[in-house]
Amino acid sequence: MSETDAQTAFIRSEMLAPQLPPVTERGVIKWLRENLFAGWLNSLLTLVSLFVVVSIIVTALPWWLNGVWNAGSLGECRTIAGPEGGACWAVIKARWHQYIFGFYPQDAYWRPILAFGMMFVALAPVLYYGLRAGAKLIGVVAVLTVLSLAALDHNIAHVGAIAVLMAGLFAFSVIAPKRLVYVTILYPFIAFWLLWGGSIWKPVATLLGFGVMVLVYRLIQPRLGVIMGTAVGFVAACLYWLFVQGAITGALGDAWPTLTAVNSDQFGGFLLAFVIGVTAITCSLPIGILLALGRRSDMVLIKTLSVGFIEFIRGVPLITMLFTASLLLQYFLPPQTNFDLILRVVILVTLFAAAYIAEVIRGGLAALPRGQYEAADALGLDYWQAQRLIIMPQALKISIPGIVSTFIGLFKDTTLVSFVGLLDPLRGVTQIVRADINWKGIYWEPYIFVGVIFFLICFGMSRYSMYLERKLKTDHR
Amino acid sequence: MAMASEAPKDGFRLSMLIYDTRFRSFTIQVIVLILVLLGIAWLVDNTIANLAAKDKDINFGFLWNRAGYDIEQQLIPYTNDSTHGRAAIIGLLNTLVVAFWGCIFATIIGVFAGVLRLSKNWLVGRLMTVYVEAFRNVPLLLWIIVVFVVTSETAPQPKDFKVTADMVQNGTEPAAQKLLFDTVAITNRGWNIPAPLFERPLGVLHLGSVPVNLSFLAILAVVVGSILVNRAIRRKARLVQEDIGIRPVTWWKSLAVLVLPVVLLLFALGFHLDIPAFPTDENGVSKGFNFQGGILVMHSFTALLIALSLYTGAFIAEAVRGGVMAISRGQTEAAYALGLRPGRTMNLIILPQALRVIIPPLISQYLNLTKNTSLGIAVSYLDLRGTLGGITLNQTGRELECMLLMMLIYLTISLLISSLMNAFNSAVKLKER
Repeated sequence: MSETDAQTAFIRSEMLAPQLPPVTERGVIKWLRENLFAGWLNSLLTLVSLFVVVSIIVTALPWWLNGVWNAGSLGECRTIAGPEGGACWAVIKARWHQYIFGFYPQDAYWRPILAFGMMFVALAPVLYYGLRAGAKLIGVVAVLTVLSLAALDHNIAHVGAIAVLMAGLFAFSVIAPKRLVYVTILYPFIAFWLLWGGSIWKPVATLLGFGVMVLVYRLIQPRLGVIMGTAVGFVAACLYWLFVQGAITGALGDAWPTLTAVNSDQFGGFLLAFVIGVTAITCSLPIGILLALGRRSDMVLIKTLSVGFIEFIRGVPLITMLFTASLLLQYFLPPQTNFDLILRVVILVTLFAAAYIAEVIRGGLAALPRGQYEAADALGLDYWQAQRLIIMPQALKISIPGIVSTFIGLFKDTTLVSFVGLLDPLRGVTQIVRADINWKGIYWEPYIFVGVIFFLICFGMSRYSMYLERKLKTDHR
Repeated sequence: MAMASEAPKDGFRLSMLIYDTRFRSFTIQVIVLILVLLGIAWLVDNTIANLAAKDKDINFGFLWNRAGYDIEQQLIPYTNDSTHGRAAIIGLLNTLVVAFWGCIFATIIGVFAGVLRLSKNWLVGRLMTVYVEAFRNVPLLLWIIVVFVVTSETAPQPKDFKVTADMVQNGTEPAAQKLLFDTVAITNRGWNIPAPLFERPLGVLHLGSVPVNLSFLAILAVVVGSILVNRAIRRKARLVQEDIGIRPVTWWKSLAVLVLPVVLLLFALGFHLDIPAFPTDENGVSKGFNFQGGILVMHSFTALLIALSLYTGAFIAEAVRGGVMAISRGQTEAAYALGLRPGRTMNLIILPQALRVIIPPLISQYLNLTKNTSLGIAVSYLDLRGTLGGITLNQTGRELECMLLMMLIYLTISLLISSLMNAFNSAVKLKER
């Protein structure tokens, strides 16, 4: 041992300073080698993609940058843009109000804007943002609503009144955020009144029907159970709507407060897309849940009916459903009934989306372990309590991605209503614009405009669903 | 002493219908049945009353009347003297042909985009993400209309392809050029593509009123035969491999079996392409007003096909990505530990497992694509909805019959596709014992 020690000529007593990795293994070059030029196939792919990206930029960017915003017609645009060409955004500037509102009367633009702003107030309690973030959202929306109104509506009284209203809602959301749910419940009626106008007593009288339903349910449920309570409540509400409501609205007539009535054929553009999309989304979720439960029911008849309905709807294209709304519904309803085309379309679109939602939720229900059902039974919960407290919260959480992508599909499909004569932003309004002699021959700009708006909304929805998934994730894996 | 309470009497009380779980479901079902029957009766009654008021009846006889309108794209012979029924069949075939090619192209695009999106290449991954998100978040209708409008409005007129006497003298080219080695011309009317022709065709067999081209049938039979023989060769090679451990070289046999018979048959039939072109005189100056020869594919068809394939491709890409990502990394690592090369790992370990995850969403994408062909209405593509649910409906005024028939046909197609694909799914599914 001592020999070895003696033979050791040199022992390093301190470490060498670490060297930098070789040039090819660090910094930009390493990143490039790993991410863009790893192997010949990878390099080839990179070059092809680079070619695609560069050629798109070379063609589109000058066109985009050279865009013309102030012109009266396409010809004028082309003269201004010169020989190198440029986008003619002037068409959007000239027609944007049709893209947003359709033929909605210009002096009533404050109504859809207010309804849109209040939609976020109504959504705040159900978006799962938490109370403080909800109040913040409402604050931002309130400011934006008032600003856009100030830009669009020159009536100071309107703007002032709405500013006060939005400020009040914001204060409400700060003081009593949990009570904001009442705004959510009332919102459909407020929005209906704002958008279609007429006497306020029509939606109020309809709302009373739901009040009757809740009252009867509260009276009956402790004695006869959930099903009988719901059934009798529903029958009572129907009786009210059929026989009493007419009397109430007849008696109150056009009593104050009233708004100028706006007909359904004046709706158009993104206003129409939102009316159809939001209504159908809201209504299709509960119907879809019921259908999914029906499909998993032990009762043969209920199961058969649900399966038949779901499979039929999923087997036919939405267009046939829309044509059913516009052509066939008149055959199935009592003679001389004539109700609104938007309403008919909304009903059919809702049923269509409900079938898809039902399938998504069925997947969520099937993914739940049997133990959850058995645990609910062991706790002594009845069917509806088990569904409400144990099963649905978990099943819905699992199906969030599917539900939201169905909603996105539904919102995109609102463009199909142009085939039954409604004025959707994509085809309906653009056809009108392109039929104008000034804008004849324009195609890229309107479609890009509409496409970008649709993209923002749908992409936002999908990001929100990812946020919600993360937020509700409880398995810590 | 506590006595057990007496067993309840067997007597049946009416309230048990609601409170007793044994009878409650029965009660509910009877009530629902009554309500449903009442609802149906109400609808039927309304329909009868409405039909009577309009002096109409339910009668499918109109299907045998003269249609009187023309259809540009027809896979089986049709004139405006044909019946409404035949027009509906033409429409159905047009629907199916778009759906068929759409499914094939969408699958190819989707698989490539899905795999490339997972690639380690940063640029390619981002590019594919942009593609997928752009197509998933914008309505399909927009893509159909944009492709149609852009191809039909920016494409040159047929006369721009003409070579005039001046051009021959000055040596200049016409305003528009044909693509792909001078074989395909895109005009504002449609795509002029080469037509396959045979010098020595086998003739045409008439099955009822549907002509069957025997030459194409023969080619199809030879291709199917080649594929079967190729499978037999590969199976034999596998048996040899399992027996002695060395796989015989088969690639040249496969190549020969797959290529040679078809080439020989095509040669025997005298196959050549009929390229669309203007007739020219001896100096090379074009005559006439439009292309001669070839096949004119309408813009409505190509726009619908391109938009549907790209749109559905984006969804399939997501399904493929999800499927590959669902396979745990342990599978790859185990395969490497067994000494498999990356290519064989993908083919033998990852893809067969990913396929099981991919197939169910793939089925629903195929169904969606088939149903979305009905958006051809935006570009006046005469599919089932365009003929039966469009012109025929408007001409005869028989909304009820046309809509019912159309819905039934779509329903049948959907159920057929889903049952076929479900059978395929259960064939490749993991067999659990």
